[in-house]
Amino acid sequence: MSHSRTTFVLLACLLALALLPLFAEKYYIQLFTKMMIMAIFAMSLDLLVGFTGLVSLGHAAFFGLAGYVLAYAAPQYQAADLWLSLPLAMACSGLLALVIGVFVLRTSGIYFIMVTLAFAQMLFFLFHDTKIAGGADGIYVYAKPVAAIAGWEPFTLENHVHFYFVVLALLALVYAGLRMLLASPFGRVIVGIRVNEQRMRTLGYRTYRYKLVCFVLAGALAGMAGYFAAAQFGFVSPETLSWHQSGGVLMMVILGGMGTLSGAVLGAFGMILLELGFQGLPVVGGMDIGKHWQLLMGGFIVCAVLLLPHGLLSLGRFAPRWRRKPVEAAE
Amino acid sequence: MDTNTFLIQVLNGIQYGLLLFLVASGLTLILGIMGIINLAHGSFYMVGAYLAFSLAQHFGSLWLAMAGGVVIAVAIGLLLEWLLISKLYHRDHLYQVLLTYGLILIFEELRSVVFGDDVHGVAIPEMLRASIPLTETLSYPVYRLWMSAVCIVLAIGMYLLIQKTRLGMTIRAGAANREMVQSLGININLLYRLVFALGVALAAFAGMIAAPVASVFPGMGNQVLIVCFVVVVIGGIGSVKGAMLAAILIGLVDTFGKVLTLQIGGVQLLPELSGMMIYVLMAAVLLARPQGLFGKGG
Repeated sequence: MSHSRTTFVLLACLLALALLPLFAEKYYIQLFTKMMIMAIFAMSLDLLVGFTGLVSLGHAAFFGLAGYVLAYAAPQYQAADLWLSLPLAMACSGLLALVIGVFVLRTSGIYFIMVTLAFAQMLFFLFHDTKIAGGADGIYVYAKPVAAIAGWEPFTLENHVHFYFVVLALLALVYAGLRMLLASPFGRVIVGIRVNEQRMRTLGYRTYRYKLVCFVLAGALAGMAGYFAAAQFGFVSPETLSWHQSGGVLMMVILGGMGTLSGAVLGAFGMILLELGFQGLPVVGGMDIGKHWQLLMGGFIVCAVLLLPHGLLSLGRFAPRWRRKPVEAAE
Repeated sequence: MDTNTFLIQVLNGIQYGLLLFLVASGLTLILGIMGIINLAHGSFYMVGAYLAFSLAQHFGSLWLAMAGGVVIAVAIGLLLEWLLISKLYHRDHLYQVLLTYGLILIFEELRSVVFGDDVHGVAIPEMLRASIPLTETLSYPVYRLWMSAVCIVLAIGMYLLIQKTRLGMTIRAGAANREMVQSLGININLLYRLVFALGVALAAFAGMIAAPVASVFPGMGNQVLIVCFVVVVIGGIGSVKGAMLAAILIGLVDTFGKVLTLQIGGVQLLPELSGMMIYVLMAAVLLARPQGLFGKGG
């Protein structure tokens, strides 16, 4: 797609999302809020996987930790202050990413995949086995954060439409911010690291530092998503930082088409809709297909890897040939 | 802790470590030789345990169940390699992660469809049901000793297979240079298929012999998988020797993490944080040697 056409499609999507609350029911508004939160999460991982070439299988650690920070910031029935707790949650996730990053970035390739998974698992056991935050049962976030500035409240997250627009604004902001970052010299360097780290090092770049900055940034953004996921759901459990969560978001990024940001958003929307679609399937011949939806999801993933090597965005390949420009024009 | 309890825990730790070795050795071979990261490896452990459970009911004997189970596991391994894994050799690790993650979902859900979500027990065979008395109150079950012995025999067998036979030599050569081995007229695809099936069979067999002591339950595969990742990372990818050492180390650390109590400054650290112990160990090893104890470079 040409640059102007990409911009046009993106603006059209943004407009459609902005108009959605005008006619959609509460259920769909909340569903789309959830999908947009996951899209932010997926984009943060895309920064690592698709642009820097770091395949992390422990990204849920940062997502889950931010949720726990919110739960801590809102003890019992008190609401947390959005302007304090959101930066705090993102800072905690970023700090965790810094600590983990120092270790995991010493490795690469297969090691990196396994070690990120193991560190996320370590955090999982911390919250699962100890009583610091409800243990295996999880912990409730009774009240949504309050966004008051000196007594004046520009919006209230208790209102699902307000919540929707806040998340939509953040989605657009994160997308635009990451785009700008990737277009900057910094972004060029990290893409260079993915393509050929040895060469970047030879050119005099301290690639370790660049990767660490990326890892911390991705962690903080995952924290943002985790914060709003916890606020929307009103409940945090060790499951939010389990490796199923990490695997699921990696799936979104790859199935959507990695290294494109918009692919991550598409993947998040697609996977959640697909999950709902599978769960809604009826009982056929004594077997409850809806209950065993993961069977279909697994089959779908296996087929997708074998048949769609470049994710859902590669479905565009099946468009008539005369309309198609060379495939490389992803940016 | 008195000497007897200590010794029992050492035995338990080693036995757990040896069991982990069976699963991790397949994982590290598939990684090191075929370059495939197989998240579904834990599922084969689970498949083994459920095969032991259902076949033992069917045959009325755990021995027959094990024999039949290994045959089925090898068949599953050959089939999966042929249908799916062989398509991944030239793809990025990312797609290997994705496809094998999909396989986990399929195996987990098939398990739920066929066996339900309950926890099942498997009886210990009659002849191994005894216990060796140590003191008036303490004893050690024979079955656990038998498990350790079987694992050691298998480990020695694997060492001999890889280091001393012609097949092992070709496997090692294939790991070093796939194209060269192929151009010497060796069917590398068949070789890979055998290695994969061997890995699946080892994991499934570990699940089978563990079934009577650990019982059979949903999610058991993933639990083992992640611990085995830690084993492979500590031991070094592709190193069977490293996997052995790391597995025993992890077995002991995990076992003692659960029985020791440790308090620092009024904060209870153990056994509360025992689940984290092995990851702390991994972090320490990574700091000192990023490529693992016996790895060949990062």
